Amino acid sequence: MTVVTPFEGIGASVKRKEDLRFLSGRGRYTDDINRPGQAYAHILRSPHAHAAIRGIDLAAARAMPGVVAVFTGADMVGLGGLPCGWQIHNKDGSPMAEPPHPVLAQGKVRFVGDAVAVVIASTRAAARDAAEAIEVEYEVLPAVATMEAALAPGAPAVHDGVAGNLCYDWHIGDPAVNAAAFQGAHKVVEFELVNNRLVPNAMEPRAAIGDFDPTTGDYTLYTTSQNPHVIRLLMGAFVLQLPEHKLRVVAPDVGGGFGSKIFHYAEEAIVTWAAGKIARPVKWTADRSESFITDAHGRDHVTKARLALDAEGRFLALHVQTLANMGAYLSTFSTSVPTYLYATLLAGVYTTPTVYAEVKAVFTNTVPVDAYRGAGRPEATFLLERLVDVAAREMGMDRIEIRRRNFIPNDAFPYQTPVALQYDSGDYVATLEEALKVADWAGFEQRRQAAKAAGKLRGIGISTYLEACGIAPSAVVGALGARAGLYEVGTIRVHPTGSVTVLTGTHSHGQGHETTLAQLVTDRLGVPLAQVDIVHGDTAKIPFGMGTYGSRSLAVGGSAMVKAMDKIVAKARRIAAHLMEASVEDVEFDRGTFRVAGTDKTKSWGEICLTAYVPHNYPIEEIEPGLDETAFYDPKNFTYPGGCHICEIEIDPDTCQVAVVNFTAVDDVGRVINPMIVEGQVQGGVAQGIGQALLETAVYDENGQLLSASFMDYQMPRANDLPPVSVATHTTLCTHNPLGVKGCGEVGAIGSPPAVINAVVDALRDYDVRHIEMPATPAKIWGIIHAGQRLAAE
Amino acid sequence: MPQVTLTVNGASHTVEVEGRTLLVELLREKLRLTGTHVGCDTSQCGACVVHVNGDSVKSCTLLALQADGAEITTIEGLAKPDGTLHPMQEAFREYHALQCGFCTPGMVMSAIDLVQKHPQGLSEKEIREGLEGNLCRCTGYHNIVKAIAAAQDVMHGRRAELAPAAE
Repeated sequence: MTVVTPFEGIGASVKRKEDLRFLSGRGRYTDDINRPGQAYAHILRSPHAHAAIRGIDLAAARAMPGVVAVFTGADMVGLGGLPCGWQIHNKDGSPMAEPPHPVLAQGKVRFVGDAVAVVIASTRAAARDAAEAIEVEYEVLPAVATMEAALAPGAPAVHDGVAGNLCYDWHIGDPAVNAAAFQGAHKVVEFELVNNRLVPNAMEPRAAIGDFDPTTGDYTLYTTSQNPHVIRLLMGAFVLQLPEHKLRVVAPDVGGGFGSKIFHYAEEAIVTWAAGKIARPVKWTADRSESFITDAHGRDHVTKARLALDAEGRFLALHVQTLANMGAYLSTFSTSVPTYLYATLLAGVYTTPTVYAEVKAVFTNTVPVDAYRGAGRPEATFLLERLVDVAAREMGMDRIEIRRRNFIPNDAFPYQTPVALQYDSGDYVATLEEALKVADWAGFEQRRQAAKAAGKLRGIGISTYLEACGIAPSAVVGALGARAGLYEVGTIRVHPTGSVTVLTGTHSHGQGHETTLAQLVTDRLGVPLAQVDIVHGDTAKIPFGMGTYGSRSLAVGGSAMVKAMDKIVAKARRIAAHLMEASVEDVEFDRGTFRVAGTDKTKSWGEICLTAYVPHNYPIEEIEPGLDETAFYDPKNFTYPGGCHICEIEIDPDTCQVAVVNFTAVDDVGRVINPMIVEGQVQGGVAQGIGQALLETAVYDENGQLLSASFMDYQMPRANDLPPVSVATHTTLCTHNPLGVKGCGEVGAIGSPPAVINAVVDALRDYDVRHIEMPATPAKIWGIIHAGQRLAAE
Repeated sequence: MPQVTLTVNGASHTVEVEGRTLLVELLREKLRLTGTHVGCDTSQCGACVVHVNGDSVKSCTLLALQADGAEITTIEGLAKPDGTLHPMQEAFREYHALQCGFCTPGMVMSAIDLVQKHPQGLSEKEIREGLEGNLCRCTGYHNIVKAIAAAQDVMHGRRAELAPAAE
């Protein structure tokens, strides 16, 4: 085996190993899998947002051709409900309201899309036909489609026994210190804004196949999941009461997730349970219309904030009050999103000495809301970066200057915020300076004038942001209510010929782990990339894992691999020392070669690997044969990527269309393993951020019907909606993980929305507009331009 | 059940289908060519695009029976028998124009048709407009546009080899 060129290791933009199969139609997504004897499930869903089920007549459906079985909630009595993974406590210390979340409706339905019955038939079409023959007698109840309606006095209760539809009333920070800091402030800026509700819309609809072997009692679930071990734990322990050794969960190729495939969904439990009932594999695949009303939605906050400033524009105190929509039931990580993933970020990149945040989580008769790319951090960033712009304007200050004046300085790290987090590293001035340069901020006024001459309104917006990811230290999150550890697991399996299989508990659904993680091995062990394979997504192969979300795969999963490689190298050096008759301390290892220090005695990687498995000349009394090590890595802290996004837009006042002309992202994501992949991640994240800011929104009517429930009604960004995105990185290393990495999966979606809206507001500077809610549609802009409030600008 | 006879990636098939069977269902379930994907149910996303008699078509919007006698090419039929990728496939890899891979087959099939129908060449703006029928949630399209721009030069013979992506 030869020593590899450094071009495949850390820092190389190597092409992706996974691409060939995806480009050849050989990806293997869940719906591509058929099991022998497979039947098909179709789920009958509630057409009402809130109704009591008075009766279900299954007779006609059961008599339909091809029908194997029909089940309702009555058949699942005794099994558990879908669990929530994070318990939040109220201000008074009492636990949050946690109403049951049945897999199939038990007597009541609480959102349009709630699962009522499942038909299993020999074909997909037969199952669908039979579902239409089910007669459900509903007594329609009044529904609450918005948080405002849910919190109104006398509002209908989404869940019996949950007073005022309030899941929790939580806070963080010191209210007394905070209130005192507002006293004597030079200026208090008050601001209200909405973070719009989004539908994640990974391009692959969710799917699940349950399989059961009656001779062994073994269950297998194939599912579109970002975290198969977590699904095994949640479904096995809490819903179906199956022990881990009898339940295998496989998440094969998964077509995008963005958070929406973290959660344990009812359909996974339904197909697994039903496969056992009928002793046949059962497959369910969502159609897109079903995805819209069953995939957990994202965001949906309403926030009031007050920012106190001194006369020089320094932030003195921030007080935030947020309402967060949970939807009808608590999805797996829903409760953590508006609390520990949101309010802890409200210091941002600024030295605000006191932050106090109060968050009320509210049940409504809508699809459950949970983590969507960024999860809590985009909400915090949008609030802060809009608020800072408004403050600058009302203080008569430059928006760059007010940011600079409040940045956490480089010599302040590690920096303890007033909202629990301790930032380890960052350089907010550097990312700002670089972004200003790349975006040619200085030349903007000229471009604005040129646009004006052409009849267009041009604006520029900036966002200087930070996020917390690489989740998370188990003890810390455990103390905050998480019901799981958040370490990661990696196995480095070195084969006798020296090639390597890595088993990782993280999961790739577009991020390129099969390449990036392999680069870590190539860099450390010197094994060529082609001889390193990454295996993920199967609980039968991988010891354990917590999966992929919160930009954790490299920071936590990669660090576990480093720990395992440390063990591999330590053992290999002992074998090499034996072969070269040297002491272990004298054996050096550098990318594929073991050398006795200061001599020309060497052994190659391949020789050591072979010896480990063919131990003829081997210190068998001291070292076991084999070269296969596993490590669990629990991070010491979150990681804190950050940076600066600048957006330049142009509005055509005739159509009120916003065109994004330029977008610049300069992010500090820590050490970069594969620049090409990082750039792609940021571009994709920015696309979703621009989508949120300009195009996307989930709209319910007052009865709880989702109006934007197809790609015809929900405006996904298309190629022509998006600009070229300039991506650059400026690295400060994470100080507490062995790779120095911070994570890049979410930064694009976190930093970009306020940059876009700040640009839109800037373009409309001649009109009396303080804020525009997302998405900034032509209709909203038309309203502003034509409101007769035009200032005497020219 | 009625029969449909069609040629897929050069091989002739005669298949029994229900009248309501969609072309994409025939491809995926009867022929097990699962590279063609289904991403929506309203003909919006383009994950199911294949070539029917040389034109890109959303195979979720065509009944299998309508494809009787047609020549179909799917993503599985693009590479040469020796495994050499089509220039568009190669360009997607070179320019990191795919992430999760789910929209990719439809995107590649649409892109090839788009380029073939514009021998004079496409500007960046024209490529973006030409991709109107295909959704991608991962990439932000930027690299897809670059890949198509690079592939068209090879497909039209203006370059012998794909221009490498800048580091």
